[in-house]
Amino acid sequence: MTDKTPMPLWEVFIRARSGLPHKHCGSVHAPDATMAVQAARDVYTRRGESVSIWVVPSAAIIASDPNEKDQLFEPTSTKAYRHPTFYDIPDEVGHM
Amino acid sequence: MSAELTAYSISLADDALVLGHRLSQWSSLGPTLEEDIALSNLALDLIGQARLFYTLAGQIEGKDRTEDDFAYFRDAGDFRNVLLVELPNSDFAHAMVRQLVYAAFAHPYLDALSRSSHSGLAEIAAKAVKEIAYHVRHSAEWVIRLGDGTDESRRRTIAALDALWPYVDELFEMDAGERSLVAAGIAPDRAAIRPVWDRTIDNVLREATLERPSQVAVARTGGRSGRHTSDLAAMLADMQVLARAHPGVTW
Amino acid sequence: MYTQALNAKDASAGTRPEDTARLAVFQSTVDAEDKIEPNDWMPDGYRKTLIRQISQHAHSEVIGMQPEGNWITRAPSLRRKAALLAKIQDEAGHGLYLYAAAETLGVSRDELYEQLLSGKAKYSSIFNYPTPTWADIGIIGWLVDGAAIMNQIPLCRCSYGPYARAMIRVCKEESFHQRQGYEIMLTLCRGTPEQKAMAQDALNRWWWPVLMMFGPSDKDSMHSADSTRWKIKRFSNDDLRQKFVDATVPQGQFLGLTFPDPDLRLDEESGHWHYGEIDWSEFKRVVAGDGPMNKQRMAHRRQTEADGAWVREAAMAHAEKRRQRAAAARIAAE
Ligand SMILES: [Fe+2]
Ligand SMILES: [Fe+2]
Ligand SMILES: [Fe+2]
Repeated sequence: MTDKTPMPLWEVFIRARSGLPHKHCGSVHAPDATMAVQAARDVYTRRGESVSIWVVPSAAIIASDPNEKDQLFEPTSTKAYRHPTFYDIPDEVGHM
Repeated sequence: MSAELTAYSISLADDALVLGHRLSQWSSLGPTLEEDIALSNLALDLIGQARLFYTLAGQIEGKDRTEDDFAYFRDAGDFRNVLLVELPNSDFAHAMVRQLVYAAFAHPYLDALSRSSHSGLAEIAAKAVKEIAYHVRHSAEWVIRLGDGTDESRRRTIAALDALWPYVDELFEMDAGERSLVAAGIAPDRAAIRPVWDRTIDNVLREATLERPSQVAVARTGGRSGRHTSDLAAMLADMQVLARAHPGVTW
Repeated sequence: MYTQALNAKDASAGTRPEDTARLAVFQSTVDAEDKIEPNDWMPDGYRKTLIRQISQHAHSEVIGMQPEGNWITRAPSLRRKAALLAKIQDEAGHGLYLYAAAETLGVSRDELYEQLLSGKAKYSSIFNYPTPTWADIGIIGWLVDGAAIMNQIPLCRCSYGPYARAMIRVCKEESFHQRQGYEIMLTLCRGTPEQKAMAQDALNRWWWPVLMMFGPSDKDSMHSADSTRWKIKRFSNDDLRQKFVDATVPQGQFLGLTFPDPDLRLDEESGHWHYGEIDWSEFKRVVAGDGPMNKQRMAHRRQTEADGAWVREAAMAHAEKRRQRAAAARIAAE
């Protein structure tokens, strides 16, 4: 390409319906934030998929290290007491 | 009044169809994939608007003419679109300046039409005005970037402004039929739209560090009375070729 | 399929000894039908195969806009025009999603474009055939998109997360493409004798090239066992082709069309449609670049790339100006 600087990549998050969280749906290339929102609108909301868009420069995403998966996420699997089913409540008490 | 109303609805449809057709010719030619998709969105909005205005025209006319009868079985001389929309595509600056010039007019115009005393027109306009609002925004952002981008993009944007400027006045022209619709509270007064158009254009040009063309070229008009450039005839010859080769069939 | 040129064995698929442990983790993740994500360790061969496959797929979507694009301006009704434009727009989107998936593997869209334009990367042979009549639009939707769907549905379960997610999105959008095409065929076949002849002529021209979309026969395919082990490819070329023929022949019969294959017959025992010998020399010729439209397709794409360069440069220059102005304003304010 003759272009000197490549267009930055943006991650796109859309809110499908009012009340729902924004969810990652893909990415677009755009020169700046304003055009990234427009590109996201044109690319990812052509079938009424969205009521709100976020765009984030892909380079700004900080991700956890997959190699640390074990130390980050494994320990919680043994903490059953965080889940309601861990506790025995007699049926007579009703829904709790 | 029904003849004037039919003609009016057809002219609104013709503007939308011809510009939509020009935009559709950008498919697979956009400067980025993202923009390719955006250009098709603009085209689809306009083609959709054209279909609604043609269908309404057919209903008002009462002769069972369909959207396709209007689009495919009239000659260039029967089309009532402004010349601005029929000019052949050139570069992307031309496309975005044309879109801005048109949408900066169509947005306030459709907004006014959405309050028309004619409910059919008002309904279509209410839907279309939301679409066109985005056309203004999208084309304005591009004109700003191209005007205040590189030397080349600036040169191309100025060239597009110079080339398209003579076609602006026609957007505000009204014939006797349309004036009677204005008097009846059906059609908006185009003259009243001009100050809004001026403001939108001047704001965008200022941000784009551009100015209005200084050379006052002679206004080019005639589209509303069917006097078109040969480019429209060429465009229609292509667009209508298949439909006319097999008249009366279903596709 | 869209990645049918993926038949060269990757010579550099060796692994370093220190990777053995990580390779075991990788393979067990794949075996467990878990997804591999961009930051996870993966063998070089896996990464390379994915980049090649995803980018070929992306190129096919983008080049595939052209044959149908040939009829946008001439679509015979406004309804068809809008549908066709929206359909081709979807294909641009598919290309975009797929390029984005490839980018997660560390290659930029610009690099991938360069590979396409230099001829290093391939795209599906099917898009090198011309579209002289309106019936070709019906055929492409019905058969080309139909064949693509056969291939793409299993890819929704591919082991690489971003590719699988892109394919899910693609498949959702594809659902109208085939119906759009079949509806065109149905209308032509129920229309005038001329329209019906147009439909038959299109089927005659496209049937064999469409069967070639699935790639070489399994006995000649060098499709590495790797792709299967890595759960990138789940069905063999011939399996998918057979599935497609079985699904398509009754649809064609419903249209009242004749397939241009004298050997086509239902095998009562297996329940499969037996089809005749495919002319693989034509396939090889078209993949190698000597199809009826290869040159036009590439020239068109090259033109688009060249014409857009100044726009992209301008947009980037403007963004840089804004950054500088904002910085200057900040300094002035301090
Ligand atoms: Fe496709
Ligand atoms: Fe596709
Ligand atoms: Fe498709």
